[in-house]
Amino acid sequence: MIFQPAIIALLLASLVCVALLVAATPYAIDIVRHWNIASGSEKQLVLERRTYLLSTLLGFIFATQLVALLLFVFNAEKMSAMFVGAMCAVGTLNVNVFGFPALIAQIVVFFLASSWLVVNHLDTRAPDYPLVKVKYVLLLCLLPLLLVSAVLQLRYFLGLKADVITSCCGSLFSEDAKGLGGDAAAAAPLPAMIAFYAALALAAGTAWFYRIKQRGAYLVAPFSAIGFAVGMAGILAFVSLYIYEHPHHHCPFCVLKPDYSYQGYWLYLPLFIATAAGLGVGAIQPFARISSLTAIAPAIARRLATLSAFMWALFAAVASFMIFNSNLVLLEG
Amino acid sequence: MKLWIEKQKYLIDFTLSSLARRKAKNVGLLLVYTLIVFLLASVMLFTHALRHEAAHVLDGAPEVVLQRMVAGRHDLIPPGTLERVGRIRGVQKKEGRLWGYYYDPVVKANYTFMAPSNESISSGTLVVGAGLARARGLAVGNAISFRSYSGKLFGFTIARILAQESELVSADLVLMSEDDFRGFFEIAPGYFTDIALSVVNPQEVRNVATKLSLQFPDSRPILRDEILRTYESIFNWREGIVLALASLSILAFAIFAWEKASGLSAEEKREIGILKAIGWETGDVIKMKFWEGALVSLAAFLIGYVAAYLHVFHFSSSLFAPVLKGWAVLYPRFELNPVIDGFQVATLFFFTVFPYAAATLVPIWRAAITDPDSVMRG
Repeated sequence: MIFQPAIIALLLASLVCVALLVAATPYAIDIVRHWNIASGSEKQLVLERRTYLLSTLLGFIFATQLVALLLFVFNAEKMSAMFVGAMCAVGTLNVNVFGFPALIAQIVVFFLASSWLVVNHLDTRAPDYPLVKVKYVLLLCLLPLLLVSAVLQLRYFLGLKADVITSCCGSLFSEDAKGLGGDAAAAAPLPAMIAFYAALALAAGTAWFYRIKQRGAYLVAPFSAIGFAVGMAGILAFVSLYIYEHPHHHCPFCVLKPDYSYQGYWLYLPLFIATAAGLGVGAIQPFARISSLTAIAPAIARRLATLSAFMWALFAAVASFMIFNSNLVLLEG
Repeated sequence: MKLWIEKQKYLIDFTLSSLARRKAKNVGLLLVYTLIVFLLASVMLFTHALRHEAAHVLDGAPEVVLQRMVAGRHDLIPPGTLERVGRIRGVQKKEGRLWGYYYDPVVKANYTFMAPSNESISSGTLVVGAGLARARGLAVGNAISFRSYSGKLFGFTIARILAQESELVSADLVLMSEDDFRGFFEIAPGYFTDIALSVVNPQEVRNVATKLSLQFPDSRPILRDEILRTYESIFNWREGIVLALASLSILAFAIFAWEKASGLSAEEKREIGILKAIGWETGDVIKMKFWEGALVSLAAFLIGYVAAYLHVFHFSSSLFAPVLKGWAVLYPRFELNPVIDGFQVATLFFFTVFPYAAATLVPIWRAAITDPDSVMRG
């Protein structure tokens, strides 16, 4: 079932990205080995010029990955009409074993790519490019992951068979289901809500605290990661119920459907941006001590922390709005 | 932030005037780019509109249709079956339908004959589809005769011609009264072509189908969802094939864009050299080139998409219709309802802007690292 427009587009994108990355790898290794900003040799001049190309190239690749994630989910959602038993993206992703791993790999790549872009941005702001080596070492670490993600995606799309009877979200995200999804779905609403708002408050709080006091930067990233996990679990456990106005429908994908006027995007966009910005604050902290970055790094981190705090607040506000606007009553009294 | 926006504004301003200075080259690129977007967007808009239309048509179709099979071929439903079906729980409405095909040697086309249950047509008259009326040159009040499969000649008068809006489904349709239908095809009372069942709860449809196939082993239930799914696959597949073929042209376009971007004229080189000599950094030149690409892409995308929209919805997509529509003697003439899908716009974006951006990356960099002194000296 590879002749679907969006699948061709996604495969084209991942193929081009992987090809560009692989082509760039020898240059990246070259830079890691021979970079010396103090030298005025011809080699260094060539390397300096090359970093422009590589930075642009990688910025392009990673920006593509961010959009590809959106298209991937959107495509899964659209294709659900074509599989027996599928009601939303869950069914499409469940057609073969590579569906969910491909999605998770893309989400991981998304956050790592966003962190890399933050480090890259930081590096280009300093006059002496202090992070060039770090950047390209990080890139070499990212490369296998991107390859894995591309291969998973390819295997997934190649394995899409229309005659497979897949399972719908009702069976995967139900109280009785085994696994993480089932556990999150089975959580009692009140404790889940408390945990949800507490995690969001912590994530937003640490980010805001950093913005004001310029301290606790290392807390922002982990709390953002926790906030992401708890946020997702919260959507599974109770936010989705309020959106569907149904006490047992715990699907995190059906909210993206036009039937629910695409409300899910209002939840997921702030959640992803907040997490990415929060992780970005953490990603640049190890380099804040470098002399040429002492002024730049905190300024960028502060801006990211502000964005993160606002997005967490927006996410909480959107979720609360959906809860208050719903006709479903989960908590009595 | 404000500073950043100001900077980008000046960059865009500079880029626009620099683009305007090399009109011939950029207009050529824009034209090819627009053509690519137009091609792909036409295919996508057209198939999406068809898909939409199919789904719309099937909205009113029954959830389950039960057909009897004899030796693997579709056969008439015998008397009594209809009553037995009714006892299946979940079935809200059931109805025996009478329809069949008739080959008309005059225009060498097949008609669909049908005895509608919700409309009474007086005996001896017909209601016909617009496509058929066109093919046979019929008007209301005209007489027409068909030779039935038993060799007898039947004469009818045309009572009404179906509205043009429904032509997509009614081009070859002939509606007649039940008595005429049974007389024409010699179908004894009590027999039906198939049975249409409506099931209110969509989650019950599969259960009903399972029960039906258990209770009537000689018949097959056809689900509306299955038909929809088949349409969806077929249209997506056709669209995918066309796009896969078109990807060759995308490749050609990418090479063209690469060529255009790397073939810097002496004047352009001097321009970049001067910019760098007066203090622009390599990063700034890359940014300028980025804006150049973004502006050209945006213009091409918008113009191409609007042109495709006009092509598909106002000129009946005259360029691709033969490939995508299929073919028939009594082909319906229809206007598609304009539908735009955000998902498709995103896919189209990946098909056009992404290859362009990927192809121009390296040439842009090559241009940006130009040494000021080497350019100005040469």
